[in-house]
Amino acid sequence: MGSVDLNALIPNNVDLKEDRRLQRALEAWQPQFLDWWREMGPEGFQADEVYLRTAVDVGRDGWAHFDYVKMPDYRWGIFMSPAEDGRVVPCGDHFGDAAWQKVPGEYRNALRRIIVTQADTEPASVEQQRLLGQTAPSQYDLRNLFQVNVEEGRHLWAMVYLLHTHFGRDGREEAEDLLRRRSGNQDSPRILGTFNEPVEDWLSFFMFTTFTDRDGKFQLLALAESGFDPLSRTTRFMLTEEAHHMFVGETGVGRIIERSAQVMNELGTDEPDRIRAHGAIDLPTIQRWLNRWYSSSINLFGGEQSSNAASYFATGLKGRYKEDSYEDHIALEGVYRMQVPQNLGLTTEEVPLRNAMNEILRDGYIGDCEFVIARWNRILEKAGRPERMELPNRRFNREMGIYSSYAYDPEGNPITAEAFEARRDDWLPSEADSVFVKSLMKPCLEFGKVAGWIAPPRKGINGNAFEWEYVRFDKSSAGIACGATPSLTGE
Amino acid sequence: MGLDAGRPTPVQTYPGWRSPRCVRHSPQGRRADTLASVSTSTISPSEAPPAPPVRFETSPPAYHHWQFSVEGPIARLGMNVQEDKGLRPGYQLKLNSYDLSVDIELVDAIQRLRFEHPGVRVLLVESAVARIFCAGANIHMLGSSTHNFKVNFCKFTNETRLYLEAMAAECGIRTVAALSGTCAGGGYELALACDEIVLQDDGNTAVSLPEVPLLGVLPGTGGLTRLVDKRMVRRDRADVFCTVAEGIKGRRAEDWNLVDSTVPSSRFKTWLEERLATLAEAKGPRGRDASAQGVPIRPLGGVYKDSGITHRFVTCTLEDRVANVVLRGPTTAPPTDGATARKDANDLWAWRAARELDDVLLDLRFNRLEVGTIVLKTEGDPDQVLAWDRWMAEQSEQDWFVYEVLCAWRRVLKRFDLTAKSAFALIEPGSCFVGTLFELAVACDRAYMLDDPDQSVHVQLGPLNDGAYPMSNGLTRLQTRFLGEPDTLAAALAHDGPWDPAEAEAAGVVTISPDDIDWEDEVRIAIEERASLSPDALTGMEANLRFAGPETMETKIFGRLSAWQNWIFQRPNAVGELGALTLYGRPERPVFDWRRT
Repeated sequence: MGSVDLNALIPNNVDLKEDRRLQRALEAWQPQFLDWWREMGPEGFQADEVYLRTAVDVGRDGWAHFDYVKMPDYRWGIFMSPAEDGRVVPCGDHFGDAAWQKVPGEYRNALRRIIVTQADTEPASVEQQRLLGQTAPSQYDLRNLFQVNVEEGRHLWAMVYLLHTHFGRDGREEAEDLLRRRSGNQDSPRILGTFNEPVEDWLSFFMFTTFTDRDGKFQLLALAESGFDPLSRTTRFMLTEEAHHMFVGETGVGRIIERSAQVMNELGTDEPDRIRAHGAIDLPTIQRWLNRWYSSSINLFGGEQSSNAASYFATGLKGRYKEDSYEDHIALEGVYRMQVPQNLGLTTEEVPLRNAMNEILRDGYIGDCEFVIARWNRILEKAGRPERMELPNRRFNREMGIYSSYAYDPEGNPITAEAFEARRDDWLPSEADSVFVKSLMKPCLEFGKVAGWIAPPRKGINGNAFEWEYVRFDKSSAGIACGATPSLTGE
Repeated sequence: MGLDAGRPTPVQTYPGWRSPRCVRHSPQGRRADTLASVSTSTISPSEAPPAPPVRFETSPPAYHHWQFSVEGPIARLGMNVQEDKGLRPGYQLKLNSYDLSVDIELVDAIQRLRFEHPGVRVLLVESAVARIFCAGANIHMLGSSTHNFKVNFCKFTNETRLYLEAMAAECGIRTVAALSGTCAGGGYELALACDEIVLQDDGNTAVSLPEVPLLGVLPGTGGLTRLVDKRMVRRDRADVFCTVAEGIKGRRAEDWNLVDSTVPSSRFKTWLEERLATLAEAKGPRGRDASAQGVPIRPLGGVYKDSGITHRFVTCTLEDRVANVVLRGPTTAPPTDGATARKDANDLWAWRAARELDDVLLDLRFNRLEVGTIVLKTEGDPDQVLAWDRWMAEQSEQDWFVYEVLCAWRRVLKRFDLTAKSAFALIEPGSCFVGTLFELAVACDRAYMLDDPDQSVHVQLGPLNDGAYPMSNGLTRLQTRFLGEPDTLAAALAHDGPWDPAEAEAAGVVTISPDDIDWEDEVRIAIEERASLSPDALTGMEANLRFAGPETMETKIFGRLSAWQNWIFQRPNAVGELGALTLYGRPERPVFDWRRT
């Protein structure tokens, strides 16, 4: 493994300097990437200096290097976690063989599909979030949004590196297509449904980074167990960055809940209309946003019984979350007991373990989400509130998989489609809810200020205070940056 | 293994089926002898037979899997397969995957378009399910089917795809496949059978033939053949395409001619409607236009028993492994014209007899597996048959309905050619093997004609024997028969009037004409001998001998493609314990025997 070459156009630890062919491919791709960033990256703010973290190395200090940078000048680098000596294929039929450093020919198409599907989500989320800067509730949040955006951009680079290095012309074409597709575009949508849904308000953004990015985390965890070593090492390094995205989401929602609790206590009421009239978001509305984004994100794990999933595991392309915590890495014995729809009810079915790999990963995800809910509820508890947030059942509001043809309430009980429709607005955001939440979305970018519907964070970024200059606005450009719209302040 | 009288022969039995026994057969239909013992050995449980018999008649109100609509000149078939409405339990038809029940409805819809909707100019084949066009034949259905069923299923679906193409050619109904979402395997093969394929360029919709990389079998419904023979995709590109499980989408699919057009999602619907409207402007042949009144297809009302089938003009009586099929000729003169014919169309001899014979052939294929030999006879007035033939020949020039009746015969004759049973025609006094019905005698593997000085019997050609009924190879049955004897063919065609038995044998239009003394033994021995031969070898032998002459897309499908597929279907690499088809969807990966054959 080469040392990090900071002087290269593309910071990396993959010996790019020695690899002329790859360098040329990536140098050709880079202008296209910048074009894409200008067109589909954050709207506005491109001339402002943002206090961003840049990975310049994979070591403890190098991966979190903070400085002010204009986003188009951000150095999207390529990093892999250090190689492990003697790493073996961690699961499946090739368990115990030396991990592959080159793509095995027979798995090339499947691997490419896995990588492209993962890669496609990275630019997609940037596109989904591109207008949010216009309504950021604080400089701190604006900076976090951009941090998430540039790192999703870097994750795209990481995946493109794999495509360019290991998949020949097909890989280069796929890399170009990644820049060609557009989230929500009818003619060239992103591959996965959730990544075509607009993220139009900050409540959605925080839910997205909590739940959808957490799907990303679990997919990366499964890919980190890949027998294809470059994929494993790439995704392991991506995971270190992904953690911050989920931190942004979880604390964002937490701060909205905190603010709502505060308003409820001040007013001595839990009536949604009165909370709303006071400029905060009522808890039932937050719960509906939670229901929507959680149920959408949970689709991303794929079919409950999947021959693709079985094949990915069998071939060692994708392992389980924490594969080394399992004793049996072959997984040909044993079954997974799963609830499946039957006669408008449910029955238990035993599914061969390998075919249930998607569901096993989904279980890990759901467990992780439950911890998040518990932490949000601790905020309510501390505020002396009796209300609690809840994670809906995995069967609720599904668009893919075995439950998608049936209706379930948030507890997972089978109900009729009519009953679901009758309760839809109780469970999921209505048009009126969206109008209300959007009405709150006004920029609040004055130094040290925060919008009235969200509490400030306990502390700032990189040991700094919340009241800190996270974005140095370019004075020459007439932006919306400094209070073009009078902002509500919560303090 | 030969069959010696009196020696017990082990015969596989299908639980729930009549005991198949080797029989001595006499031409009068008496069983001369029966082998004493029947082996009790049964086939392996995985080859359990399909339970109830398969029936092939249906109608649009009874469809489970297709949304069929006709609006003016535009017909639409929206595939909407109901998971739990398959032919038999044990598998779910997920993702618009199909089994025989889906194809039975499809072929019914094609017949309805031909007969009931002469005003239709264009057929749209699409999916009524979001994000999926069709995932092909259901793997679990294939995996749990007997070999016989798989082969018959594939043959039927192949015939259905060809019927789509024949409809387009014969009725001038342009067929358009609109692909929005996954179009894999048999799904793409269905699209390939359409005149035009339009693919929604949404970044996801791809066409694929994943059989080789995923299942270790072939795309067996004409996919490989149509790729290179119909669409003339370059073989190296076809090679790449057939090994990429995920398929090919968007521009490349169009560049490689895997589809005709790719249209962005935002314009897809509009584009399609405009295209349909344009195609709908074409003029239909033989009066197929908006003013034409369709003819309803009514159920045949056949009586099905273990012992056979009774229809009005065709009966089939089973005697162990022999099916005695009798086709009765018309008892009345043909109608004056097409309009008159349409009035009582369902009673019209020419149409009804063809439909009944088709029904009998399908019953024999799917429900009477152990029947190895069809003994075909006709009864009736030869002059009447010839009168009907002349009527069909004349009227079919300008009348769409009469032409449809003729095409129905064309199809059933082809189905007869493609039926994996030995077929012997017995031409006896009182028979009417002339014209169209003589075509059946030529379609048989052998024709026996009784030369009885006391009773008159003759065969004769009509106006339809020289081109109206092409075989799969594109030749007439007489051309195929006399492939190496052009003079004999010319003489036969020039022969005006009937042939008596001796003349017929001399002219080469029957196999042999034994006299009344030899007749009974000759026929009995032929049938008994046939019953003793390996059914597999006979199927292969007949399929090779029946289709002399040039290769066509059809002969390649039923020959090359089907034969290789049926071989692969038997091979451990597909259906062995560790075979790819066996393990598809299961957690284990296939293990191959790498030796090439």
